[in-house]
Amino acid sequence: MNKGDYTVLIADDDPDYLFQTVKALERAGYRVDAVASQAEAEAYIAQHKPDIAIFDLMMENDDSGFILCYKLKKRYPDVPVIIATGVARETGFIFSLDTRNEKEWIKADSYLEKGVRPEQLDNEIMKLLNL
Amino acid sequence: MAVLKILVVDDEPGIRSGVARILKNFKVTYPFMDEDYEFEVFEAATGEEGISMIEKDQPDIILLDNKLPGMQGVDVLEYIRNNNLNIVVVMITSYASLDVAVKATHSGATDFIPKPFTPQELKSSIENITKQLYLKRITHRLNEEGKKVRYQFLSVLSHELKAPLNAIEGYLIMMKEKQLGDRIDDYAMPIERSLRRIQGMRTLIMDLLDFTKVRLQRREDRIQPVDLAEVAADSIATVRPYAIQKEVEINLVKKSDATVMADPGDMAIIFNNLVSNAVKYNVVGGKVEITLDSTDDEVIAMFSDTGIGIRPEDMGNLFTEFVRIKRDEIKDVTGSGLGLSIVKKVIDLYKGTINVESETGKGSIFTVRLPKNKN
Repeated sequence: MNKGDYTVLIADDDPDYLFQTVKALERAGYRVDAVASQAEAEAYIAQHKPDIAIFDLMMENDDSGFILCYKLKKRYPDVPVIIATGVARETGFIFSLDTRNEKEWIKADSYLEKGVRPEQLDNEIMKLLNL
Repeated sequence: MAVLKILVVDDEPGIRSGVARILKNFKVTYPFMDEDYEFEVFEAATGEEGISMIEKDQPDIILLDNKLPGMQGVDVLEYIRNNNLNIVVVMITSYASLDVAVKATHSGATDFIPKPFTPQELKSSIENITKQLYLKRITHRLNEEGKKVRYQFLSVLSHELKAPLNAIEGYLIMMKEKQLGDRIDDYAMPIERSLRRIQGMRTLIMDLLDFTKVRLQRREDRIQPVDLAEVAADSIATVRPYAIQKEVEINLVKKSDATVMADPGDMAIIFNNLVSNAVKYNVVGGKVEITLDSTDDEVIAMFSDTGIGIRPEDMGNLFTEFVRIKRDEIKDVTGSGLGLSIVKKVIDLYKGTINVESETGKGSIFTVRLPKNKN
């Protein structure tokens, strides 16, 4: 299988970040489905199974990303999830997935700061999809 | 009414009951304190008993006799120091052992009372300690709160400023790498979006400037009679281009003279924000009505719109800094999330009130009441 056989679901309420990330992922070769809110993402998940998902942390709710993570994993336990956020460093809301405790309550597989370069995002996706 | 716990450790029952009696109805008040302090007295006859009561009752102040049957006063003092307990210790000591008391103050005791003492001596010592404790607590609390508020503000602010920068940088990189094609026209959308994000950032910075200005204080030298009808007319003129674009009609209704003693700049902040919100969150073809009225002591300004309204769950956070309500209908509306918090602060400065009634899908009415005289 090559990258074009994988569908990436991305949810983000910043239209510019969404547009740019969609372009970056398409250029990397993936099929991309984009949604602009937690509600849209939930509707998407109810209908389709993506191969990997990237969720913005703060959308309608401060913890939209976590909620989506939980719902996605409940339905499709095998789909990897990346949480992307720009809030961590500024708000002192720091978390990683390094300890077992954190892995237990944050259902995400990976966590990325917004503003990462497209190659980094691509690398992360390939790692999670075992490409 | 606040209560401080005092533990008396002394082997003489007379001293213990004396202290309890003297402090029973004693109150410490001072003009700068927001509440009076009263005292609750616990008694221990030995050092050992004292230590177990320290653990159990967590006293704020200990009156400690040095000469005790078993363990000595200095040992209790050492226990307190070794366990880093936040307790004020006053040594009770006979004149004969004043040197011991002085030594004790070196190892952590705050004060000493020579025995026998008069009720007045005990009271004045306790009074001093209470003020000291109060100031310590209040400073600690202010420091903590100040730090927290400042930190929260700066962190959210840096996030709000960083998001547009990220977006614009992303678009510039796309152009640099010619990701969307070779012609400038291929980049119409990224350019448009970048300009929009820059505009949003400028609004934020302007609002921040307002915000810092308001935080300081009312400028007494600028207070003058201000006719709110003129302020309203200025605000309407400022928003008109945008209103025309959205086909929103704005009316000013003057029921009575609405002149208030105020800084004209402050009044402009209130009106500019509320009028522009009424247009911004309106529907195409909607209406905005500003009504000015007054009673004997206050002026009333009502801003009503036929916009999207405010959902009940969003009401609570309306005046909180950086809170922007997220709804599909207003995805494209730019704002800093500061406007209403600034308006609220200005109104507070004038000891006025702001009140909101709203129905989702029908519109909102913001009612501002300001006292006519500056006080």
